[in-house]
Amino acid sequence: MLVVSYIVYLIASVCFIFGIKKLASPKTARQGNQLAAVGMLLAIIVTLLDKRVLSFEWIIAGIIIGSAIGAVFALKVKMTGMPQMVGLLNGFGGGASVLVAISEYERIYFGSQQFEVNTTISIVLSVLIGSVTFTGSLIAFGKLQELITGKVIKYPFQHPLNGLLILGVFVVGVILVINPVNIELLLIITAVALLLGVLLVLPIGGADMPVAISLLNSYSGIAASMTGFVLSNNMLIIAGALVGASGIILTIIMCKGMNRSLMNVVLGGWENAGAAGPAASTASPKGQVKSIDSEELAMLLDSVSSVIIVPGYGMAVAQAQHAVRDLMNVLEKKGVKVRFAIHPVAGRMPGHMNVLLAEAQVEYDKLLAMEDINDDFPNTDVVIIIGANDVVNPAARHDQNSPIYGMPILNVDYAKTVIINKRSLNVGYAGIDNELFFYPNALMYFGDAKDAMTRLVNELKSSS
Amino acid sequence: MEGFILLMQIYVFVLAIFVGFELITKVPPTLHTPLMSGSNAISGITIVGALLSAGVEEMSISTILGFIAIIFAMINVVGGFLVTDRMLKMFKKK
Repeated sequence: MLVVSYIVYLIASVCFIFGIKKLASPKTARQGNQLAAVGMLLAIIVTLLDKRVLSFEWIIAGIIIGSAIGAVFALKVKMTGMPQMVGLLNGFGGGASVLVAISEYERIYFGSQQFEVNTTISIVLSVLIGSVTFTGSLIAFGKLQELITGKVIKYPFQHPLNGLLILGVFVVGVILVINPVNIELLLIITAVALLLGVLLVLPIGGADMPVAISLLNSYSGIAASMTGFVLSNNMLIIAGALVGASGIILTIIMCKGMNRSLMNVVLGGWENAGAAGPAASTASPKGQVKSIDSEELAMLLDSVSSVIIVPGYGMAVAQAQHAVRDLMNVLEKKGVKVRFAIHPVAGRMPGHMNVLLAEAQVEYDKLLAMEDINDDFPNTDVVIIIGANDVVNPAARHDQNSPIYGMPILNVDYAKTVIINKRSLNVGYAGIDNELFFYPNALMYFGDAKDAMTRLVNELKSSS
Repeated sequence: MEGFILLMQIYVFVLAIFVGFELITKVPPTLHTPLMSGSNAISGITIVGALLSAGVEEMSISTILGFIAIIFAMINVVGGFLVTDRMLKMFKKK
């Protein structure tokens, strides 16, 4: 029987690997996700047949409750709320790893069995990483859901305090490994790690959330892997390692998209980026901004042949993706070539804009990544920026004093005309003025993204 | 013997990370959100440990911890796979 279950675990691992492989193309992605789900089902069934599983009341109750909650979450969540949904799910995964590790410790402890050194190490790591993932993800969820302010939160002695806690947890962990029969120490590690999760994510600001969410995603995988070491189960090790790798790659992509090191993001805030800091930025652009209303903009768009739309977090906040799709449709009807330029860190999680536009039924082949579209801006008549700011700030290219200097940006200013839809002239996340607004080819189109796009679509329809 | 088993597990872990890197670098940016939610669901694989904890014969602290762990892991698994499917259904090409 043991051999059979190990073979099934191997099959499940293969399902996960092939499932992720199929995620490489939108055509096969859905199938890939389903394949991974089948792998999970196989793993659950074969575990239920394990001879160590003797009573089923608690198991059945847990499966029903958990599945029901998960299903409600998955079916109710709006596409704009996807970052917090992923954050929350991460947290539950991390939490489950902690509980399993503590439970395994209790089993050995009360069963008066011998602690193997590698088991204790795995238990400590699983508890540590799982706890940080759990509370860290809950804080990330709170920030994205705006239960907690999305701004950078600073507290006194932030770095020394965290450093001390990390060192402390490490020391206690080593003591526990040397002298494993001491359940209080494990609970201390759990408590400190839970606190660390809160303290480490609290300072991270809203626009840095793509990095935080990716990193927590990676942690939840590594925690699962550690649980695999605790249970001596290779399937858990493999599945966890795949997720861990996925999270790390996304984290690296997000950091590159902001030209910042991981440490800089984790330690919180742009102010670490440049000594000057945003407040001291002297090169504040001067001059008049020109604005345009929907009627004039509709007239302008009547005589163009190519448009690139640049969506940002503002589109998500205003739930404007459907209005943007309508704009695309009406422009295409007039024979205008419409494409979308997606900056890697647009929104609050990797791929956030793509999901929103997919929901609005914009075909995915019209969404282009920064490196694929950046050379096309000079040949484009009109760029329409909807709720994006720092990712189109030309200061990143030339102003060495700017905190965002060196960040890769969309070269929207090379287009003939740039329309910027914003509610006001307020600064973006980095807290700096955007000189683009003052460029001679830039026109501000003020208003909430959804209202503004709807008005524009109506003008375009009535003019044709 | 114990050390040998650990070494084998580390082998598996390291190789799986390399497989993960190879696979995930091929996922296009447009699918990064479903990749996160889908891989998230896979990290709910700790359900296996939770089932083993909750399934012991006599009721103990282990059973309670296992029970809560099952709830957490199932939220992760069911929520993750369902929401990923919901998203992937929407990705269409002309």
